[in-house]
Amino acid sequence: MNSARGPRTADMPKPLLSIQDLRTYFYTEAGVARAVDGVSLHIGTGETVGLVGESGCGKSVTAMSVLRLIQPPGRIEAGSRLEFEGRDLMTITDRELRGIRGARIAMVFQEPMTALNPVFTVGDQIAEVVRIHGGTRKEAWDKAVEMLGVVGIPSPADRAGDYPHQLSGGMRQRVVIAMALVMNPALVIADEPTTALDVTIQAQILELLRDLQKKFGTSILLITHDLGVVAETASRVIVMYGGEVVEEALVETLFDQPHHPYTEGLLRAMPRVGETRERLSTIPGTVPPSTAWPAGCRFRDRCPYSWDRCEKEHPALYQIGSGHVSRCHLAEDPERRAHPHPALVERAAEALT
Amino acid sequence: MSSIVSRRGALIAATFIALLALIAMAAPIISPYSPTAQLDIVLQKAQPPSWAHLFGTDIASRDLLSRVIYGGRTSLSVALLAVVLSTTVGIAYGMVAGYAGGVTDMVMMRLLDGLLAIPRVLLLIVALSFWSGGGEPALIIGIGLTGWFGMSRLVRAEVIAAKPREYVSAAVALGASSRRILIRHILPNVIGPATVSATVAVAQVIALEAGLSFLGLGARTAHASWGSIILDGQGAFAEFWWIPLFPGLAVVSTALAFNVLGDGLREVVSGRQLDGRGAPADPPQTAATA
Repeated sequence: MNSARGPRTADMPKPLLSIQDLRTYFYTEAGVARAVDGVSLHIGTGETVGLVGESGCGKSVTAMSVLRLIQPPGRIEAGSRLEFEGRDLMTITDRELRGIRGARIAMVFQEPMTALNPVFTVGDQIAEVVRIHGGTRKEAWDKAVEMLGVVGIPSPADRAGDYPHQLSGGMRQRVVIAMALVMNPALVIADEPTTALDVTIQAQILELLRDLQKKFGTSILLITHDLGVVAETASRVIVMYGGEVVEEALVETLFDQPHHPYTEGLLRAMPRVGETRERLSTIPGTVPPSTAWPAGCRFRDRCPYSWDRCEKEHPALYQIGSGHVSRCHLAEDPERRAHPHPALVERAAEALT
Repeated sequence: MSSIVSRRGALIAATFIALLALIAMAAPIISPYSPTAQLDIVLQKAQPPSWAHLFGTDIASRDLLSRVIYGGRTSLSVALLAVVLSTTVGIAYGMVAGYAGGVTDMVMMRLLDGLLAIPRVLLLIVALSFWSGGGEPALIIGIGLTGWFGMSRLVRAEVIAAKPREYVSAAVALGASSRRILIRHILPNVIGPATVSATVAVAQVIALEAGLSFLGLGARTAHASWGSIILDGQGAFAEFWWIPLFPGLAVVSTALAFNVLGDGLREVVSGRQLDGRGAPADPPQTAATA
């Protein structure tokens, strides 16, 4: 999309990963689900980018698309561009793609319980990644034990012989991270890496990711619905809604001056220390189905500022500040922000009762 | 309780099968006579069981016990090799269909439906008639190549159940090839149920092979199986009851033992699936719901 003037500026080096106008559609019986509908983003070397949004906004499908893991009936549409380390991921051969998966781009899955195969020891599973990418049996095992130590598992040589069920949830997630990092990839995609874990363990895992990033200079694309996780880990945030990027900014900017009403809503829905509100506020309504995105702004029915323009015209990504873009017409009509009104879905709900 | 009963049953069945295998292997040592020697075509013809001939003798004055012992060699080896063949083909076919999915799967499954519509015994009778004198290899190949349809269905279902597991997606995301994923991550899920099914299949094949041999389509003379020993007594069953009885008992007890063993293994396998594989209710993940 030409209107997608992302926050890339001239002083930035060529990004490690660049996604241009990614469209991933699922051809279901209920219609074409446009799960990812024109997403552009980039990740620089050594950078941690948070990709935030609620369930169904397309953030995980975006991540799966990068590794070309989309299965039928899903399809990455023609015209989507995925460029990684100067290579076009859309046109490379299957063999080249397998060489990138796990070695240059690795994925950390959400559920450490199910992401590990119960019939193999954890050492074996980490070693397997090295074997896939051409290591010998001996090298692979040594590397596996070393990685278990790196991700903070005590007495790694012994633990390598354990089966997944013998380890706690946090330890298993460390194993999953070790599998992702064992080939020292340039980019790690972490899809809700802490969602399945206890809060105290979450903090440990996030700290581990931060440490490892410092140590290896790995770029991280952190996918989450939890802005708290992003605040702790990422330097830049991309907010997705309805299969599109709706706002992108540096973490501080996003938290201090959110522009898009959806981002505003997400931040209001976050509990904060020192605030004494009886109830957390919520964003009214739900995400519309991806088989039928509304015309105009996709958030308008849930938005407290929407006006007739939002119904007629699909907003482009407006430049708000340096490295800050937002897909909201308020950018051209800022005074409307002073006059919020109940969102359409709220008025509809009231009319019903 | 049923589990204890069936475990004990399976243990007895396994012991019985091991004993049969031992007898078959040690046939030259333990059989009292040569299975083909016609002892005395006049005086020893079709004698009822006695201390000298525990199972009696057949119409050609051969010692029936020795013939049944040697017959076990043929019957068991044909059955085992045929099942190895059918299991191998069935696993390969089912894994490819289940893993490939889509059009490949559909075409392969429709082809299978067509093959299943052909009556197996009839097909075997026709095929073995054309390959007369093929002996044991003909039986093994014939029975093996017509016995894999059910196995491939079962395997396909197991593959489809295993495929959406997250560790399979994780392996794809880490760069594993389809071949590696099939062998390392999918096959272990298939082996248990396939073993159960193969064990039960041995029982069926023992009976099937006996039937085919009785129809004269199997191995004869020196390599007579239990079925062909019964065939040798054809026409005189009423007079010489021991000729069909003992090889018949061998067929029935062996088939029964493999069935009981299969049931016992099924419980072991499904038990392991329940406690060894984490929460059984993890919903299959699809990319669309991410």
